[in-house]
Formats: sequence, C-alpha cells, structure tokens
Amino acid sequence: MTESQSTPQRKGVPLWAQAIIWVFLAGLLAIVAMGLNRAQQGTIQPGHAVSDFTLPLFSGYEYEGKSEVHLEDFRGKVVVINFWASWCKPCEQEAADLQRAWEKYGPTGEVVFLGVDYVDTEPNARIYLKKFGITYPNGPDVATRISQYFRIKGVPETYFIDREGVLQYVQVGPFSSLQQIENIVDPMLADE
Amino acid sequence: MIADFGFGVLLVAFLASLYSVIAALYGEFNKIPAMVESARRAMLLTWPLLTLAAGILVYLLVNDHYEVKFVYEVTSRAMPTYLKVTAWWGGQAGSLLFWSWLMSAFASLVTLRKWDRDREFLPWVIVVASVTLAFFIGMNLFFENPFRQFYQTFNNEIAAYTFQPANSILFTPADGQGLNPLLRHPGMIIHPPMLYLGFVSFVIPYAFAMAALITGRTDDRWIRLTRRWTLWAWLFLSAGLVLGGRWAYDVLGWGGYWGWDPVEIAAFMPWLTGTAFLHSVMIQEKRGMFKHWNMLLVILTYDLVIFGTFLTRSGVLSSVHAFAQSAIGPLFFAFIGITLITSVALIIYRWDLLKSETQMTSLLSREALFLLNNLLFMSILVVCFWGVIYPLISELFTGQKVTVGPPFYERATGPLWATLLLLMGIAPLSAWGHSTLKTLGRAIWIPAFGAVIVTAALFVTYTQNVFALVGFFLVALVILVTIYEYGRGAYARSRSQGENIFTAFWNLTGRNRRRYGGYIIHLSMMLMAIGILGIELFQVETQGTLAVGDSLQLSGYTVRYKEVASWDNPGAGVNHTRAVVEVYDKNGNLLGNLHPRKDYYYDTQQPMTIPGQLASLKDEVYVLLIDWEPITPVGTTFKIFVNPLVNWLWLGSLLFLVGVIIAAWPDKDPERVTVRDGKRVPQASAAD
Amino acid sequence: MSKNFLRDTQYAILLLLILLSSATTVFAQDPTPTDDEVNRIAKELYCPVCESTPLDVCPTEACRQWRELIRSMLAEGKSEEEIKQYFVTQYGARVLSEPPNRWASYLVPVAAFLLGAFLLFRGFRLWLRPVTAESASPKDEAESVSQDDYVRQLEEELKKRK
Repeated sequence: MTESQSTPQRKGVPLWAQAIIWVFLAGLLAIVAMGLNRAQQGTIQPGHAVSDFTLPLFSGYEYEGKSEVHLEDFRGKVVVINFWASWCKPCEQEAADLQRAWEKYGPTGEVVFLGVDYVDTEPNARIYLKKFGITYPNGPDVATRISQYFRIKGVPETYFIDREGVLQYVQVGPFSSLQQIENIVDPMLADE
Repeated sequence: MIADFGFGVLLVAFLASLYSVIAALYGEFNKIPAMVESARRAMLLTWPLLTLAAGILVYLLVNDHYEVKFVYEVTSRAMPTYLKVTAWWGGQAGSLLFWSWLMSAFASLVTLRKWDRDREFLPWVIVVASVTLAFFIGMNLFFENPFRQFYQTFNNEIAAYTFQPANSILFTPADGQGLNPLLRHPGMIIHPPMLYLGFVSFVIPYAFAMAALITGRTDDRWIRLTRRWTLWAWLFLSAGLVLGGRWAYDVLGWGGYWGWDPVEIAAFMPWLTGTAFLHSVMIQEKRGMFKHWNMLLVILTYDLVIFGTFLTRSGVLSSVHAFAQSAIGPLFFAFIGITLITSVALIIYRWDLLKSETQMTSLLSREALFLLNNLLFMSILVVCFWGVIYPLISELFTGQKVTVGPPFYERATGPLWATLLLLMGIAPLSAWGHSTLKTLGRAIWIPAFGAVIVTAALFVTYTQNVFALVGFFLVALVILVTIYEYGRGAYARSRSQGENIFTAFWNLTGRNRRRYGGYIIHLSMMLMAIGILGIELFQVETQGTLAVGDSLQLSGYTVRYKEVASWDNPGAGVNHTRAVVEVYDKNGNLLGNLHPRKDYYYDTQQPMTIPGQLASLKDEVYVLLIDWEPITPVGTTFKIFVNPLVNWLWLGSLLFLVGVIIAAWPDKDPERVTVRDGKRVPQASAAD
Repeated sequence: MSKNFLRDTQYAILLLLILLSSATTVFAQDPTPTDDEVNRIAKELYCPVCESTPLDVCPTEACRQWRELIRSMLAEGKSEEEIKQYFVTQYGARVLSEPPNRWASYLVPVAAFLLGAFLLFRGFRLWLRPVTAESASPKDEAESVSQDDYVRQLEEELKKRK
C-alpha cells in the first residue's frame, strides 16, 4: 500500500486533461446561462427594428386581396400586431375595442392592423372572428415563428410598429378601452 | 407586526450563518480553536432561529393573515387547518424557508456529533454547510420573502412590501386564493418534504468531501463518517420520488406515475449519481480505489440537487409561460457555477493524494462490476441531462422549439436499465479482488436455469412480447440470485452456529446489515421492475361516452355506468361530481363499485380528476370521469385504463423502505469498528 | 457480452416500433372516429401551449379543440402521419414527443456512453497491467480480500464440508 504511493507515478492531472475539463464545464455553464438569459428576457423592447416576417391570411380576412402579407410591405405605415387565440378568455375583452380602432384608422390607409392567431384551430378561430365581427387581416402564426420572434409571454399581446419599422410600444394583456389604443396610435401618426 | 418579527428572525439567522462561515475561516487560518467553536455554536443557533421563523409563518398561515402575501397566495378560509400548515411548502417563498429549515436541522445534527477524532474537518464542514445555508436564507430574505405584506398607498395602489412604505396602510384581503388543488393530495403533502430531506441531506456528504479535499486528509475517513448519512439521504430522496409517482398516479389523471417531465427528471438526476455513489463508495472502503471518482460523484450529486432546484424555480424550462422572472434564477446559476468550479478545482489540486491504494486484479471482480454499474448510471444521467437541456440547445442554436418526451428517454435508457438488471444478477456472486468466469459460472448457473424456466412459463401463460420476456428473465434472474445468495449465507450460518434457518436468516441480516439490506433493496427494485414492465408494456385504455346503464369493455373487464351525482361542499369550497360505475370480470361477476370523480375548487377555480381504482396484484382498473354535462343528456365520458401489475411497484417501494432502513440503521458502536480498519491509512499517508 | 445485448435490445426496440407504427396506420376510416382512435394520435402529440402535457390527457378547452381537430381530420380519411405533419407545420416541432431530427438527440448520449465505456476499458487495462508485472502485490491483495465477509463466509462453509 505504501509502496504504490511512494513510487512517483503521474503527478496530478495532465494539462490537456485539465483544459478539456474546464472547456467542458464552461460550455455547460454557458448553455445554461444562455437558457436562463432567454427565460429572463421579456418580450422584445421598444426601439427594436422589427425584421420582416410573412403572415399567411385566412380566406375572407385578406389584405387588399392578398392571401399573404409581409411586414416590409407596410413600410411607411403604422402597423398594429395583435396576438390572440380563440381559447383565450382575456382576448375577448379587447376584441371589440380593437375592431372599433380598426374601423377608425383603417380607412385612412395610414394604419394596418394584423391579427396573429397564436396556436389555434382554424374553425374555432373563424367562430371567434365572426363572433366579434372582426374585419381586419388575420392569419395563423404558422409554427409559432412570429410569436417566437416577438418572444411573447402569452396572449393577448399587442405590438405597435412605426412607419420606419421600429417597435414603439408593447401592450401585454388586453386593452380596457378604445381610448387606450388611440393614446398609443395617435402620437405615432403625428410623428412624421 | 408579527410578520415583521418573522422577517427579523430570518435576518438574524442569515447573519448567524454568515458569522459561522467567517468565524470558522478565521479560526482555521489563525489556529484559534475558540473561534471555530464559536462558529459551531453560531451554526447550532440557526436551527432554533429558523424554527422560530417557520413557526411564525405557520402561525400566519393557520390564522388567516391574508395581509401577508404568501399566506394570501397559498391558503383560503375554506381550507382545513392541516392543509394550511402544509401550504408552508406549497409556494416558492415558503418552500425555500422549508428547505433552509431542514438544511439547518441537518447541519446542526452534524455539528453536534463528537468531533474529537476529526477536529481538522470541523471548520470546513461548517463553512460548506453554512455557505449553502446562508445562500438559501439569503434567497428568502432578499428575493422571496414569505413575510411581505400588502400595503395600500395613498393613490390606492396595493402592492406587497417587506417594509411599510411611507404614507401607506396595511391592506388585508378578505380571503386568500387558496392552495392549488393538485397540492392538496396527501401524496403531495409528504412528497416535497421527503424530496427536500433527500436533497438537503446530500449536502452533508458534500461538506465532508470538501473538508477532506481542503485539509488534504483524503483517506476514506470522510466516507466512513458520511456513508450512513448518504444512505438516509438516499432513502428520503427515493421515498420522495416514489411518493411523487404515487401522487401523479392518483391525481394527475393520466393513468401513469412517471411522465419523464423535466421537473421529475430534475429530482431524478441526483438520485442517479447518489445511487452510483452508494455502490462505488464500497469499492473505496473495501479496496481503497477510485477516490477521485467518489469525490466527483458527491460533488455532482450536490450540484445536481441545486441544479434541480434551479430548474424548477427559475423558469428556464418554460420560456413561454415563465411566471417567475425573479432574481432567483441568476443567483442559483451563480451558486452552481461557483460550487462546481471550486469543487472541480479542488479535486484537480488534490489529485495526487487521491491515488488508489490497490490495483484491480480481475475484470469480473466485484469492484470491476461496480464500475460498470457506475458507467451505466452515469449514462442514464447523461441521457436525462441531455434530454432536459436539448430543448434549450435546440432553441438557442436553431430557433426551433422541441419537446423531448418519454419515447426518447425510454428508448435511450431502456437498454441501460436492462444491463443494470443483468449486473444486479451477476455482481452479488462475484468476489472482491478476483473472480473468474469459472467461479462466476459455477455460482450463477442454478439461478440462471431457474430464470429460464420462469421465462418459459411466462411465455406459455402470460406474454409473447420480446421485451417483456427479456425483462422478466432479468428480473427472475436477479430475484433468484439474491435469494440463492441469501439462502446460502443463512444455510452456512445455521450449520456453523447451530441455529435454525430462520434465526440464521435474522442474525445474518443483523450482522451484515449493509450487505443484506442491499439485497432486500435489490429485491424491492425487482418488484418495482415488475410493476414498471407491466404498466409500460401492457397498459391498455379506452374512452367512451355512456348513457346510464351502458358499459365499456376493456381487456376482459366490463365497466357499467350506474349513476352520477353532483353536490356542493360549501365548507370546503368544493363541488364534487361523482359517478358510480360497476366493474365486472369476464364471467360477469361483479367485482365492485368504483367512484371516479371530478372536484371543482371554487377558490382556485381549478378542477381535479380523481380516478376510481380497483386494485389487485394482477392489474388495476383505473376509471376516470372525463366529461360530464349537467344539462344535455348526451351522457358521461369515461376513460378506463387497465394497468397490469402496477401494484407491484408500490409493494416494491414498501419493501424498499425496509431494505434501506435495515442498511442504514445505526450500529451500536459505529465508530470503534470502522476506525480500527481505517487507522493504518492516515498513518501511511502521514509517513510519506 | 453486455454490448451485444445492448445492440440487440435497441434493434428489437426499433423493430417493435416499426411494427407498431404500421399497425396504427391500418385502421379503417369510420364515419365518426371513436375517442380511442383520436386518443391514439393525441397521445403522441404534445399540447402546444401547455408545458410537457400530452394532448390526450390535457384537460384545457384548447386541447379539447385540438382533439376535435384530430377527429375531423381522421373523418376526412387523413393518416396519422398526415395529421402529425399538419400539427408540426401549424404549431411547430414542439408538438412532437421527440425532436424531429432524431439522430441529433441520440448522438450525445450514445457518444457519452461509448466514451465512458472506452475510458473504463482503458482504465481496466491500465489497472490490470501492474499486477501481472509484479507478482508481489497479489499476496497483498489476498490479505485485503480476506476482510471481505463474503469470502470469509465461503471459507466458513468450506471448513464445514471437510
């Protein structure tokens, strides 16, 4: 027993092995840190230049006859993106206000409303849209790509993008009145 | 007022644990034993302090102090008193306090023991335990304070604060939100404490391992000191896992007990390393080998405990519905990082001192098989860990959210579990030091032959499923080997001591508790394996909407819908909807009535589905009331599972408890024997 | 030996899976698919909005809608594969119970196992070598072995046989 200890064998851990261990540990911690960072991040913040995305639209809810829209198409207009779902109870609180806001701003051609239907089934989505008489363009969030980009935390959430394509305001949770929407959109329209 | 006092007590406990860290370090470096003693006493003080803080919290919970935010969130007037007490660990802040409280109890217990022979460990054990404790209390104090109260400020805003803001008055809601009904089940009341006990008690072996590394006294003294701790820790952790499974089976209403959910896996991972440690530690004790490996396992277990807590509390896993954006996540992460890096650095630093004392002589020796066992447990750990972080990696690097569900885990761990069973069959027959194929073969052929016969019988009478047959063969092998070994020992003893065979059995177990306790644990694992094989491979289900008098058939059983009733229980704030169904066997004999029900809790507005269960050793009929429309007479929807053999799982868990308690029961004089063996080693290492 | 066994098991699992998946696609297109037929597919899908809850046991209203969707797709005569594919394109890969590119998810555990096995094997050879070189140590071994209760027991037994 004493013999094996007194015979000098390998001393300590070879440097390359230490390097591997530390790189491995650092990698592991880095992944967890990135995950944590992601979990802690909220939605994307105002000031963020929103990159282009494609939204296919439900038939009957097209935009100027197009069955698919790109955010890029609306450069120069204020874009209001509303995330909702038919199974979402709080969404129902704001549905009528959003529609009224659309009726007010839509005709001016200055503002576009887009309803993004977050993980939903089309038949139920249609029932919901009909129930609240919604007419602005609406389409499914295919494979949750758009909601993942905005890092939404739930539905409803509404994002206001200005004429330059920069996010100006984020509403988490439902609107309580038409006034509330106007208070956000009007200053954005005034900004030339 | 009293809540403020509770906060104050928590603060003092925090300071006491910080003080004990500093005093222990100071005393150690300046060789002032009095300082170390002072640190020890400070550490002993934390438990009464935390008990007081916890007592205050429980007092607030029981007496409907809804001005306290935590009380408001987890209790309501309708809840019975015992549930108000258990609501203590029903929410984040309270469960952290619960954790700290248990942790301090264990730390106190360990500092109370006689330290004469291990003076040099004491300061470092105190440091490690106190740092961990201070971390958890600090979490409570600064981020998740259970004593925060609601205050209403002059502009009518109500929010919870630790300290009363200027110009505000205390606000007391009329009633609380109530505990999540899922947490009101007896299983959920005992499951978290068990799990926490397991988690917390693994801190002690870690503290000793660190002390051994830091002081350089790396013989197996620390292992001898902590092995019983480890067994108890393992017992609690295992019991916590089993109870969690039972709870899921009874209240989650999906006919299963384990869904490979990340939260479950988070608690399972320390169990895996802990189990590996329990085995490999025997190699070190008997043969003085693999000291590095044991250290590493203890460190891994400790950090997996913290990591598990981190995963379930930080919202890392649930990025869409992250409700807790508290500072807890980053702090936990920092704590894991620091402890992991420090520990690994220490091992590397002390690598030389941890050299093996003997060499391996045979690939079939017991130590070699134990190493294989460790390889398998670690592989299962890798599967689990990878499965948990894979969605994270996928989302980070490809932007694609994915789910890693049961199919992955079952496929990846299945062969590993099977190999573990095989090892469990072989290892008890192999000897320390050297075994050869010949000696092994001679020992194993009788049990193996028996297992083949059992499997053949099952093939004819029960199943032709290949997996099941492989599984049952292995189970039979392990059971027969274990009984064979046990019997041989008892027989030898009864011959030599002239005892009758039962006395011999009893005495054999008593004299050799660890070994035979281990065998009983193996047997219990086999009973559990029977249950797991049964439910995994043979579970069947059906669902249908029935009118009264109609019935559903499933694997020989007929379930007939008799009636349904719904009533309010205003005292408890619950609406019960209960159906009565009759279960008949193949021949039309009535086996009994089952009462699947749906409980709706008004305070939390959550429903809960309670199955009706008809249990036997053969299988279990598990009926769920899925849907019930009070107005339309369409009918009532039931889901029926037949879970073959599932009750062996629960039987096995009971036997398991017996086995661990036998193995972990303190010896009359634990120190004397072990130290005499170990004494040679410190002398030898001191010589060179 | 254990490795062969491992491979065999995996092979057998694969076979069974193939059998299972072909078996499930066979069932006929009834006018209204039963709950069991719906659940069979729902079991393999995860609720897109809940955390790790299979669709067949998820109690929420949204999940009920998805189950109805599966039912109507089955009624249209869609196969299990088509339905799953539809869910993936609509709601993303997270509705599947396993990551879509399977090999990537299995690569790391398998690699880790092989690495561990390799290290262990190498370790064994390293540990075994010195013993065969010096013949002095086995005696030392024998001494420490005799502490083992198991061997002691056997010796006891042997003594009695004499």
